[in-house]
Amino acid sequence: MIVEKFNPLKGEMFQILSEEGKVVSKEFAPKLKEKDLKSMYYNMILTRVADEKSLKLQRQGRMGTFAPNIGHEATQVGSAFAMDEKDWMFPYFRDLGAFITKGLPLKNYFLYWMGYEEGMRIPENLRIFTVNIPVASHLPHSVGFGMAANIRKEKFAIVSYFGDGATSEGDFHEALNFAGIFKTPNVFICVNNQYAISVPRSRQTASKTLAQKALSYGFEGIQVDGNDILAMYAVTREALSKARKGNGPTLIEAYTYRLSDHTTSDDARRYRSEEEVKYWMERDPIKRFKIFLADRGIWSEELEEEFISKASEEVAKAVEEAEATPPPKPDEVFVYTYSELTPHLEEQLRELREILGGE
Amino acid sequence: MARLNMVSALNQALDQEMERDERVVILGEDVGRNGGVFRVTEGLIDKYGEKRVIDTPLAEGAIVGTAVGMAAYGLRPIAEIQFMGFAPQAFHHILIHVARLRFRSRGRYTAPMVIRMPFGGGVKALEHHSESLEAIFCHIPGLKVVVPSTPYTAKGLLISSIRDPDPVVFLEPKKVYRAIKEEVPEEPYTLPLMKARVVEEGDDITVITWGAHVRTALQALEKMGDDVSVEVIDLQTLSPWDEDAVLKSVRKTGRALVVQESPRSFSAGSEIAATISEKALLSLEAPVLRVSGWDITVPLPKSEDYYHVSPDWVMWGIKKVMEW
Ligand SMILES: Cc1ncc(C[n+]2csc(CCOP(=O)(O)OP(=O)(O)O)c2C)c(N)n1
Repeated sequence: MIVEKFNPLKGEMFQILSEEGKVVSKEFAPKLKEKDLKSMYYNMILTRVADEKSLKLQRQGRMGTFAPNIGHEATQVGSAFAMDEKDWMFPYFRDLGAFITKGLPLKNYFLYWMGYEEGMRIPENLRIFTVNIPVASHLPHSVGFGMAANIRKEKFAIVSYFGDGATSEGDFHEALNFAGIFKTPNVFICVNNQYAISVPRSRQTASKTLAQKALSYGFEGIQVDGNDILAMYAVTREALSKARKGNGPTLIEAYTYRLSDHTTSDDARRYRSEEEVKYWMERDPIKRFKIFLADRGIWSEELEEEFISKASEEVAKAVEEAEATPPPKPDEVFVYTYSELTPHLEEQLRELREILGGE
Repeated sequence: MARLNMVSALNQALDQEMERDERVVILGEDVGRNGGVFRVTEGLIDKYGEKRVIDTPLAEGAIVGTAVGMAAYGLRPIAEIQFMGFAPQAFHHILIHVARLRFRSRGRYTAPMVIRMPFGGGVKALEHHSESLEAIFCHIPGLKVVVPSTPYTAKGLLISSIRDPDPVVFLEPKKVYRAIKEEVPEEPYTLPLMKARVVEEGDDITVITWGAHVRTALQALEKMGDDVSVEVIDLQTLSPWDEDAVLKSVRKTGRALVVQESPRSFSAGSEIAATISEKALLSLEAPVLRVSGWDITVPLPKSEDYYHVSPDWVMWGIKKVMEW
């Protein structure tokens, strides 16, 4: 077991690939087929390309405020790749890579951040809960799924994602406490990108690590190099399998860095140095995996070009489809308030139509 | 006199009160190094240090909860909730302690504090970043709910709120933050709480509003021309509100329209309409109308114009009441 070997209290962090892309813990290296390795790499590229496109669209006024993803590709793609179809994902707001890997159509993603409610209609076949913006508030829900799984004796696990800042909210602590007591099949992935907007990780807790918080709730926690996709994959897979077997929850602290501003409304230069960002830019998670793949003869310039052009096409198509979506009609904001349109809402909708000049 | 926007006017108020009164401390998410996500607390950490301008962990419950303790012990905390949409995370403290510490302890302990939060929408924001939940706070006995509508009133009302012996929920209309500039005196000044302000005098109809929609109402008046003589009242304090000012105006005009951003049912507008009907029925020539947000979740940007009251909606409401 990986979790037994890396003690967060001793500051031990799990890593498979060193920063130079070399395998440092062979015993835990996952046995992935070339096809899978390529697929992981493609998802990283697709995530990066979609994220860069989003930034352009936002700057052009074609998309609203959003939280860029750059730097989180290994954490998200690696962990989501470890999930089975029947496992559930509880996303937060900076999860493009996990969304893509779990299968959310890119069109949904763009629609949502362009301001269409319809974007958050998760396709029926996908086990993804809605995006969660109020920090940490989805964690109790994900534990509720776990309790429901136990009550119904169903064998699936749940991955919830959240940031380092989220570990300060009461919801985080209450959720993990429940998870420990009711031994739920949850895998908590804390994306420690070292900032909650401007507030550094050191201002969220006086503890040495976030992973160690699990210990006080009676289950295992582990700190993982979040820029190492193989480590993220391996540790998540282990935690998922433990969860499905009824052996309870795990907290995974993915140690990484937010390379972008917090959102497109933020200016990170106000609170962190250029040198710091540069240091982490050099530790780009995609670069690290690329070196590993190249060493194995899997990566080549041609593959890179092929992936980038394929990803660009996928993204362009999704954007085109999203932008071709007609603007919502007035009734679309009234439905889904209740199971059916109530008489008082019908009256308000009539009033809106009258104000808008009748339709 | 300098022409300031609301962000700068609020910043000046905070600065001057911190300067004047050592008991004033600011706490919240990103209020220090970053100067607040809207820059309202810009520069204060450099001037007053980390002990008085506190970048807290991400925990609204503890931000307001610790502010209760600080206030009860004699400080004058100003807690910032980054967006009103995240006030629910602090709601238990606001409802069960901030508002009633004085009552429970028979005045031995009190919680004089200001809880500031940007609110309101129409700025193409994400979910939870556009709501107007003022009615929820107005419904809590023991809280004062203050809503400025311009840079000048923002400064005076914030200073009064900080000096007030009661807890104040101070709602800052983010649509106004940088939208207008006006002359704001450099020296500190106060504006009375629980007092409305007549923004525009008129004889035919009274429009009662607050926050960002004071501007919407004025824009409507500009579009309408002189056919109808409209009196516009900016409530400024929503709870406890200035009944006298509203009733006086309605007794003069005989007609009333409430314009608000929040959903209609069980809202501040409902309270105002009920009070007018109870106390000025015989002066009324038409029922009191509410032009408001609908009883729905605030929609995302692509549909937000279906939700937010525009000058045209106000004109529609005025016409409706006039033609009744
Ligand atoms: C309950 C709550 N409070 C405040 C906010 C405003 N806010 C949005 S993201 C954020 C920081 C989140 O930091 P972290 O959890 O570390 O995730 P990251 O953004 O770094 O990925 C804050 C304060 C919010 N969304 N929800």
